[in-house]
Amino acid sequence: MKTMFARAGLALLLTAAIALPASAHRTWMLPSATVLSGDDPWVTVDAAVSNDLFYFDHVPLRLDGLTVTAPDGSEAKAENAATGKYRSTFDLHLDKPGTYKIALASSGLMAMYEENGKMKRWRGTAETFAKEVPADAKNLRVIDSQRRLETFVTSGKPSDTALKPTGKGLELVPVTHPNDLVAGEAATFKLQLDGKPASDMEVSVVPGGKRYRDDLKDIKVKTGKDGSFSVTWPEAGMYWISASYEDEKTVQKPANKRMANYTATLEVLPQ
Amino acid sequence: MRVLVPVTLSGLIASPALAAEMAVTVEIPQLSVAEYHRPYVALWVERPDQSVAANLAVWYDVKMRDNEGTKWLKDMRQWWRRIGRDLTMPVDGVSGPTRAPGEHRVTFVPGQNGVPKLDPGSYVLVVEAAREVGGRELLRIPFEWPAAKPAQGTAKGEAELGRIALDVTP
Repeated sequence: MKTMFARAGLALLLTAAIALPASAHRTWMLPSATVLSGDDPWVTVDAAVSNDLFYFDHVPLRLDGLTVTAPDGSEAKAENAATGKYRSTFDLHLDKPGTYKIALASSGLMAMYEENGKMKRWRGTAETFAKEVPADAKNLRVIDSQRRLETFVTSGKPSDTALKPTGKGLELVPVTHPNDLVAGEAATFKLQLDGKPASDMEVSVVPGGKRYRDDLKDIKVKTGKDGSFSVTWPEAGMYWISASYEDEKTVQKPANKRMANYTATLEVLPQ
Repeated sequence: MRVLVPVTLSGLIASPALAAEMAVTVEIPQLSVAEYHRPYVALWVERPDQSVAANLAVWYDVKMRDNEGTKWLKDMRQWWRRIGRDLTMPVDGVSGPTRAPGEHRVTFVPGQNGVPKLDPGSYVLVVEAAREVGGRELLRIPFEWPAAKPAQGTAKGEAELGRIALDVTP
């Protein structure tokens, strides 16, 4: 069961990474609410891949690698998970006050090489690489990839414990709390790569609701020396923010390319 | 139907003649809609920098089973962000049931009956209303505290609130 899940996750990873440069498909999670009051709140979350935000019209996003961090740092359980034609969905019972981090993360190696004149694709880990990929593979390209997709929900007062980054791959470190975003106000975040400031990176900010307007209305911002960037939200709504990193210098064998991607869905409320 | 509800507990006990007080009149409009629920209403006092000086009153479904009426407190967005999310409801002297359409006058004596004391300076009274299957509206009335002589400020709502008046007496 576990291997099957792992394989499905890597399959997605591979498709996503290979498709990335050519396709504008966006991966996302969409929570039903991010700011909640009351004694017994629940949220339901959709996960999908599509062009326009946030509409289910392409493929569901598999939930392998889903981790929910509760306000006390413990792991919370997603309930009623299901995958349909266009979207996956799950529920989350917010049984503790504070902020939850919902993350879909995947990492692994992808290889492309020629064998008997045919293009081969492989995915796995550094351990399985040596066993499964021929040592004399021709035109071998190996990508070490980490992808992380996040969203945040808060019951009552926003808290910080669940927001702590893992230190692996590309991650967002909030300066402004991600569940305290208001139209017309500026919010600041920091991007990290493996726990260190990710400077001079482009962050793309795209508002949802694309079906009902012509312009994408996206905002591009650059991170500073300390990895920080600020966004002043033009209006209330759900936003998709994303950044990608790649390089061929700091890679670890057997990879010859490193790719990391971070994406989050953030809700901005009206004043 | 009650049109004028006599002052809440916090008000009447202290005699207005003895202490400087603020009297707030909130008009909840009569709406002809298919599904009507009384609005949730919050009254608070903020400083010019929008920090909170006093959380005066929150009218919501206090009697619902399992405290379920608290589920919609967040719909009073500003109140929730500035005050509500830091509290455990109900709060004595602040929580109260929703009110029917009509004018409601409530008085507060800063420094008494749990209402925080206000240092001399400029303040803003904020009234926010949010109605189930309806809209949300927020009104502000600036005032000086303490008042040198009786003063009145008013604001007029367009949807979820009617006329709001603040009478400050020395």
